[in-house]
Amino acid sequence: MAAGGELAAVVGVGMTKFSATRGDVSMPGLVREAAERALKDAEMEWEDIDAVVMGKAPDFFEGVMMPEIFLGEALGAVGKPMLRVHTAGSVGGSTALVAASLVHSGVHERVLTVAWEKQSESNAMWALSLKQPFQVSINAGAGGYFSPIIRQYMEETQAPELIGCMVAFKDRQHALLNPYAHLHQPDLTFDQVVESPMLWEPIRYSETCPSSDGAAAMVIVNETEAKKSANPAWIHAGAMRSEANNFPGRDEVNPQASRECASDLWNQAGIKNPREEIDVAEIYVPFSWYEPMWLESLGFCERGDGWKLVESGATHIDGGDLPINCSGGVLSSNPIGASGMIRFAEAALQVRGMAGEHQVEGARKAMGHAYGGGAQYFAMWVVGKDKPTT
Amino acid sequence: MRKVAIVSAASRQEEKMLDNEVELMVPLISKVREETGLDQTEIGFTCSGSSDFLAGQAFSFVMTLDAVGPVPPISESHVEMDGAWALYETWVKFQMGVIDTALVYSYGKPSPGSLQDVLSTQLDPYYVAPLWPDAHAIAALQARHLLEKEEISLQHLADCAVRAGTVENHEEYYEQQILADPLRPADCPTYADGGVAMILAAEGKAEELCEKPAWITGIDHRIDTHHFGARNLSTIPSAKKAAEKAGVHKADIDLAEIHTAYTVHDVLLRKELNLPLNPEKSSKNHPIKAETLMASGLLRIAEAARAIWDQEANRTLAHATSGPLMQQNLMCVLSGEKE
Amino acid sequence: MPEINVPSSIKDLEQVQSVRTPIRMEYTFTPGVAAQTYLREFANKKILGAVSPVDGAVLVPPRGADPRYGALCDEFVEMPHTGHIGSFCVTNVPIPGRELELPYISAWIFLDGADIGFLNLVAECPPEECRIGMRVEAVWKPDDEIGMTAENILYWRPTGEPDLPFDEAGVRGWHVRGDGESDA
Repeated sequence: MAAGGELAAVVGVGMTKFSATRGDVSMPGLVREAAERALKDAEMEWEDIDAVVMGKAPDFFEGVMMPEIFLGEALGAVGKPMLRVHTAGSVGGSTALVAASLVHSGVHERVLTVAWEKQSESNAMWALSLKQPFQVSINAGAGGYFSPIIRQYMEETQAPELIGCMVAFKDRQHALLNPYAHLHQPDLTFDQVVESPMLWEPIRYSETCPSSDGAAAMVIVNETEAKKSANPAWIHAGAMRSEANNFPGRDEVNPQASRECASDLWNQAGIKNPREEIDVAEIYVPFSWYEPMWLESLGFCERGDGWKLVESGATHIDGGDLPINCSGGVLSSNPIGASGMIRFAEAALQVRGMAGEHQVEGARKAMGHAYGGGAQYFAMWVVGKDKPTT
Repeated sequence: MRKVAIVSAASRQEEKMLDNEVELMVPLISKVREETGLDQTEIGFTCSGSSDFLAGQAFSFVMTLDAVGPVPPISESHVEMDGAWALYETWVKFQMGVIDTALVYSYGKPSPGSLQDVLSTQLDPYYVAPLWPDAHAIAALQARHLLEKEEISLQHLADCAVRAGTVENHEEYYEQQILADPLRPADCPTYADGGVAMILAAEGKAEELCEKPAWITGIDHRIDTHHFGARNLSTIPSAKKAAEKAGVHKADIDLAEIHTAYTVHDVLLRKELNLPLNPEKSSKNHPIKAETLMASGLLRIAEAARAIWDQEANRTLAHATSGPLMQQNLMCVLSGEKE
Repeated sequence: MPEINVPSSIKDLEQVQSVRTPIRMEYTFTPGVAAQTYLREFANKKILGAVSPVDGAVLVPPRGADPRYGALCDEFVEMPHTGHIGSFCVTNVPIPGRELELPYISAWIFLDGADIGFLNLVAECPPEECRIGMRVEAVWKPDDEIGMTAENILYWRPTGEPDLPFDEAGVRGWHVRGDGESDA
């Protein structure tokens, strides 16, 4: 079972420090910081790279149209093929999958992929709320969009009100184990999370993701190249699905695109029981309640039981049997265009045994997940310490 | 490499379109699906190209997805690039062996915005964009460089303008007022709103869907440095390299559909690729007359495929470009034979 | 990071940390045929829905196509000015460019007879009393302020009629009505 085509593996991962404003670097400086770290990890030089695949979310975030065009040089892409992916919030994941496809296909041997966002360059709220003359503008950011969906989940499952706060508190605790995370709040208490102001009821301030600058990069190679690495993360599966934003009967809480993407993924990876076979997962959770929602949608538990997994502590790195977002997740660092790739890259770090303090001991199979748009774009992968068996 | 062909294409261009992106794309996507008899659920992968800056809206491609009818959900991707690169991503997917058919589309509506301003935001944001140089002025810089080095002549530009159909004849060309010295209006693009959709299929399937599939025998793309000061404006290394990798020169090219929005670029690229300056067969829809950003490259591929379907040519070249002064280039060679 | 050498004449100058390069671009949007039809009638205080050519589903507001099939919708139907709340959000965050008293309620309104919802403002209702399934009606701007804009309806307010049960409210209604059976 595998993703299709030739085998591919991640042999280099690089991330920047994530923060509200990376005023110390330019846009080229930011992407290069992540890319250089990935190359160093892969023990490669710029000239070893065959092609570059870049991803990021809307260009309005930085005010530069198609910025890959001016960033090509900073990423050593001159004279090489360069692609730019944009699939809304899932883009970091999709970008990794496009880069992997260049290797799976046999077209290239060593591909560098980078995803980034420098939200401080512009005003993110402005970029997302550009006034359209034919629409009623009452949507203050993504929270306003996702809150009604979360409310339906809460009503459907009758989940206890503080499940979201538990997720938020857990991810902020996890973030303390990750030096790159944007939010480091060692003194934060659970009560403070609960008492933080309601922004988009039922979403509290502490249950939302920050707005970050940052980049993530990976080097993805074919089997021959991967053999040179001491600890490649083999790509066992990769899947993307999209559905329309608003249509009759759409299941917004547990979208069909999410369910079908996951089932394609598990099939490719030969996974029958994700709860048992996946050791650690990095799931795109920009608002705390999305952890239980995605746990259900991805098949880690039955529909309606996601909050029980959270409540039981199963998703905590400390003692949980299905640790979720050990890096601190999107709730602790959110350079939008990079957020999906960070999930994918963190999954790779785990199976390579390189996740440092947030390493899950003995992790052999990990999942990376990203979603975007109105929870309608999905990108997922499974990476493993062992080569996929055919 | 797995053999992949273009089996159907539909396009539309108008100077200013009153339809929105969904209304523009629905008939085109429907047409290629009907022509091939494929339902969306039978299509393995869908990929598109468009730009938020052109649309003036973040996540603009999300709404346009409605035109595909992605219910049940589809395996899908999007590039913030010309659709030619969406086709490339799709071609790679075919090479993985996981799909047999694909839908590729792209569109651009430059008419709502001020395109010269929009394009300026594509330039280096620290040193160049704040000066707001417009696209015509930048093309003129390159034209002057080439004219003064005598690498091209005004005659070349005039020939190209006549061939592209922006003027009737040389007299008319020379009578035109200068627009961006040394360029005349006939050297510069007229922008158009538009879109294009196409169906690709792998060997085995392609022959079922199309009487004479246009086989992709080579495809490659490369990028040059962005910084004008670091570039030798006399050459386009990325175009040459992509052409070499795509095997452009392995046999004669009957028709070259090149994505050049300025006469000066047309002449320079032809020189770089050793293509005839006055070709026997010329594009019926030169991008100087109707430049649709984000779709023009994919449109060239559609036109090059059409020439094969209509048996006007047997081996064609389609080219797509992106970035100022043809910074990024894609070459796609199509053939009536599988080779 | 390599040391960056600068000429001695500028060595002691304060480093530039950022540059501000304002961008202003103007766009003249075209609404498209469907939105144009909708807005023209909206200016006459009529709400149009688009009818799916495939199964007759009613889409409000019309966006040009039935997104399930990629099929153009050119048949329109006039909708009542009443509906219910599919779900909602109580927002405490201001919106750039719009002055609204905080907190305000934004809700997915499902008009009676419509098969999708659209986001709109709910008022004359304390946030703690807002419910999924609550019946609402449109409150229009004064006649002399109505124009060809999406904002002719000031907000939606409770009608006081009994709520729809949760299982029939919002997108769930489609399945309850059995309209979605062909998908199953």
